[in-house]
Amino acid sequence: MDNFTVGIVVFPGSNCDRDVSWALEGCLDIKTKYLWHESSDLSDVDAIVLPGGFSYGDYLRCGAIARFSPLINALDDFVKSGKRVLGICNGFQILTESGFLPGALTANKNLNFICDDVELDIVSSKGGWFNDGGEKQTIKLPIAHGEGRYHCDSDTLKKLVDNELISLRYKNNPNGSSFDIAGITNEKGNVLGLMPHPERACDETIGGTDGLFTLKSLILE
Amino acid sequence: MDQFAVKVFVRLRPSVLDPAGEATKSASIKLGAEGIKSLRIGKMIEVKIEGNGENEVREKIDLLCDRLFANTVIEDYEYSLEKL
Repeated sequence: MDNFTVGIVVFPGSNCDRDVSWALEGCLDIKTKYLWHESSDLSDVDAIVLPGGFSYGDYLRCGAIARFSPLINALDDFVKSGKRVLGICNGFQILTESGFLPGALTANKNLNFICDDVELDIVSSKGGWFNDGGEKQTIKLPIAHGEGRYHCDSDTLKKLVDNELISLRYKNNPNGSSFDIAGITNEKGNVLGLMPHPERACDETIGGTDGLFTLKSLILE
Repeated sequence: MDQFAVKVFVRLRPSVLDPAGEATKSASIKLGAEGIKSLRIGKMIEVKIEGNGENEVREKIDLLCDRLFANTVIEDYEYSLEKL
C-alpha cells in the first residue's frame, strides 16, 4: 500500500483539487498525483478523484465539456478494470454527463448557490465507500453547489433503489433532488459520485471528520 | 460543399422542474402581464456548417445534439435548417 497513488484530475476551472490532495496526503498519508485533463496515461495511479469546481466554466451544462477530455475517454478502461473512481460535486456532474453514473444534475430548486453543512443518511455502503456499521447512520458533510438537484426518470430510480445504488440521502433535502439523493454508485460499486464534499470534513479544526472514511476507502482493492 | 445555417433549440423535458422559468414567470406577473399559463427557459444554439447535402449535415447535427448540445436525460432538442 506504500506506493498506492490516487490521481486527482485537474480541469481548467477545477478548484477543489488541492483540497483533495491536502485531505489525502495531510490527513491520511495517501500519496497523490495531479493528472492534467489532457493526459490519457492512467498507468501509474491506482484510484482517481474527480474534484469539485467549475470545469470549463460550467459552459453549456456542468460537466458537459469536461466529458470530452482525453482523460475522461481513458477512464472507461480504468473503471472496467474495477479500479475506484470518486467524483465529488463537479466530479459527480462529470460522471453523470459521461454516462458512468445514471441521471443528471441540474439547477437547485430554489436557484440559490447553497453553501452549508448537511446531514446525510447512509443508505447503502455498496463499494465500501461509507461505514454503515450494519445499521443506518447519519453523517454531516459540507455542500457547495448551485446545480446539485439530482434528476432521473422513474425506471432509473427504481433500478437505483432495487440495486442499492443510492449511497447517501439528504435528511432535509436542500436542492430538490429526486428521492433526496445526494450520492450514488455504479452497479459494480467502484464508482461513487456525490454532491457533498468529504475532503472538507477531514479535520476537527475545520468542522468535522465525517469525510475521512470515504477518502480512506479509495485504497480498497 | 453546401453551407447551412442551423438553429438548435434545447429545452428541459416537460417532467423536469424549471426553477429559472418559474422565477421569470413570477416576475412577469409582477410586471403586470396577465394570462401567463406557463413559462419555461431553454437554449438556442446557432451553427453554420458545411456538408455534402442536407442529409449529411442532418447526421452531423443529430450527433452534436444527442452527444453534446443536449443532455437527453433532462432535455429535448429540435432544430431548423436553412441552406445558405
